[in-house]
Amino acid sequence: MGTYSERNYLNTPTGIKSWLFTLDHKRIGLMYLFAIMTFLFVGGMIALVIRLELLNPGPDIVAADIYNRLFTLHGAIMIFLFIIPSIPAALGNILLPLMIGAKDVALPRLNLLSWYVFVAGACIAMYSIISGGVDTGWTFYTPYSSTTDSAVISMTFGAFVLGFSSIFTGINFIVTVHKLRMPGMTWFKMPLMVWGLYATAVIQILATPVLAITLVLLILERTWSIGIFDPMMGGDPVLFQHFFWFYSHPAVYIMILPGMGIISELITTFSKKKIFGYKAIAFSSLGIAFLSFMVWGHHMFTSGQSEFSSMIFSVITFLVGIPSGIKIFNWLATMYKGRITFETPMLYALIFLFTFSIGGLTGMFLGSIATDIHLHDTYFVVAHFHYVMMGGTVMAFLGGLHYWWPKIWGRMYNETHGRISAILVFVGFNMTFIPQFILGSQGMPRRYYMYVERFHTLNIVSTVGSWILAAGFFLMLYYLVISLFNGKPAGNNPWGSLGLEWSTPSPIPPENFDDDLKFEHGPYDYDKVIAEKTI
Amino acid sequence: MSHPAHLQHHFSDSEQQYESSKLGMWLFLLTEVLMFGGLFCAYAIFRAWHPEMFYHAHKMLDVTMGTINTVALITSSLTVALAIYSIQNNRQKDTVRYLTITILLAVVFLVIKYFEYAHKIHLGQLPGKFYTYGGIEEANPHLFFSMYFIMTGLHGIHVLGGIAVISWVIVRTKRGEFSSDYYTPVEMVGLFWHLVDLIWIFLFPLFYLIG
Repeated sequence: MGTYSERNYLNTPTGIKSWLFTLDHKRIGLMYLFAIMTFLFVGGMIALVIRLELLNPGPDIVAADIYNRLFTLHGAIMIFLFIIPSIPAALGNILLPLMIGAKDVALPRLNLLSWYVFVAGACIAMYSIISGGVDTGWTFYTPYSSTTDSAVISMTFGAFVLGFSSIFTGINFIVTVHKLRMPGMTWFKMPLMVWGLYATAVIQILATPVLAITLVLLILERTWSIGIFDPMMGGDPVLFQHFFWFYSHPAVYIMILPGMGIISELITTFSKKKIFGYKAIAFSSLGIAFLSFMVWGHHMFTSGQSEFSSMIFSVITFLVGIPSGIKIFNWLATMYKGRITFETPMLYALIFLFTFSIGGLTGMFLGSIATDIHLHDTYFVVAHFHYVMMGGTVMAFLGGLHYWWPKIWGRMYNETHGRISAILVFVGFNMTFIPQFILGSQGMPRRYYMYVERFHTLNIVSTVGSWILAAGFFLMLYYLVISLFNGKPAGNNPWGSLGLEWSTPSPIPPENFDDDLKFEHGPYDYDKVIAEKTI
Repeated sequence: MSHPAHLQHHFSDSEQQYESSKLGMWLFLLTEVLMFGGLFCAYAIFRAWHPEMFYHAHKMLDVTMGTINTVALITSSLTVALAIYSIQNNRQKDTVRYLTITILLAVVFLVIKYFEYAHKIHLGQLPGKFYTYGGIEEANPHLFFSMYFIMTGLHGIHVLGGIAVISWVIVRTKRGEFSSDYYTPVEMVGLFWHLVDLIWIFLFPLFYLIG
């Protein structure tokens, strides 16, 4: 039985000011965690309303223009306010210094600034709701976004500000990984989560500035009619799409790469086995980051771009399957003949392998030009990116959240509840989105308020699935909150993991580690360590 | 081991702290380059579509004023480099002097820019729907001025930002916070200022010297 470390970052020092002006990466990470969980709740509630509206073909509970605002808000909140900051800014902030044996991130003041910028950006984006909402979809395509009378300016300005928060985190992480690794922690002894965060940070700083300038141009287009995206004035609306996807496609990998990092940690810990193909996984993260910048045109096969460039984009899109496949097969090989146990985090890792594979493989349908012409803007696309983002990133995030929960709070959640919740989430998720693949292939367009009668049955299945999914999440909310008060003390290392973060007490002491911290073994040397001593 | 006042607790020595700040700054400059990169990309597309219009519209710009501004900024890059050199040799007074000259040159740049803008606003050579000038025959001349005002405007905002951070460094230098042991903020501000210059070095030929 473990003990609860009495002197920890949660209670030392005390007082509200010590939180608001903290430079401690753990506290900043925790403040991010509260912020993004709030937005996950809001975005999830909106999703339930959308699914409820789609229960029947005709108008049900909201009007058509409200419906347009709701799906825009759902997308914008989930992407800019939840998924993008979820793993890097919340979990990554807490874990990155711990995993490389550092006392903090390299630039703590910049770290705190990034949180305040995030909150400011979130407030500006939320202001767009009370000033009428936005009905463009989260992609803000011109010319509709430059002509609609909804609150596009405040929403895009919010996203612009949020981008800076993301850039600051990215800069901080790259510098931290380069400069603050403890003696002995060479590049190839870093945990794969750190490689994932590093590759993510590279994309964050390379892609986000382009989104920033794109949103500025959109705002100028709306306020001053500068004409750059306006065909009536010699401009080009498709240029907006190019700019937008030059950021937003790499952003998809900002979302998935740290999730893949988490999966590497979970699979090794719960298989008690050395990771298979360490370097292949590490380099495949960088490979995905590299390729991510050359595939944006696959969002635009129907936009009128030249067939030749569509062909090139399609081929490069297929290449992304290689590093992704390398990861999947390496994880499977790691589990082979491992001592696998099925705690909640491992369940999420297995769910990830299943749902992310479906998400990735259906991406191939959309990456081939001919099938994409049929599937473009249908529910097939909706199902595909939910399988990648929710089935991939969110499942990895939930796995990571459960895995590091004892480290963050010093207390265990109820394992039985955790497993039931994971199964509910798995069943609910697949029940919600598998019907949407079928609906999409039958031609049901995305973002429509009403649909024809023959799509009714599958929409009922999908909506009921969303309720099961919600039940899983509410159960999770319940037992996680309860665990803070009467969870069993976790001790340093409840999972028997070799990661550096588990060698320090839980919750973590303010200074992270003792001064005499030594690098003794790599994060995955289970064979060696188990041979030396019983964990 | 002695523990200098400027050293933050999570670094093991000054060298590590200096290297971290420098890498962070270079990464930030990279994001700046990419942000302007989007605009250069838009410029390239519109110029490729309307080469004749860009040629005729560029004649509305005053090459003399642009040249003076270019010289002012290049000189300011020299003075900011001299400021860093001075602090490395513990000559704080020279540092303050050189940084002050840098700010003066930046102000010269902005004043000239003000006169250029005012002249164009007067003639109606403005972006998008505000364009009212009648002297250019080709289609869509407002696009040239859209690009001109956005790119030089964003650059101008960076000049203002540069003036602000250089002033902050002057105040801190006067307080005696920097010496040859610790001058990271002086060098970081210098790096930023060089980037502001560098962007202008590209803007100047792209707008004023179209051949």
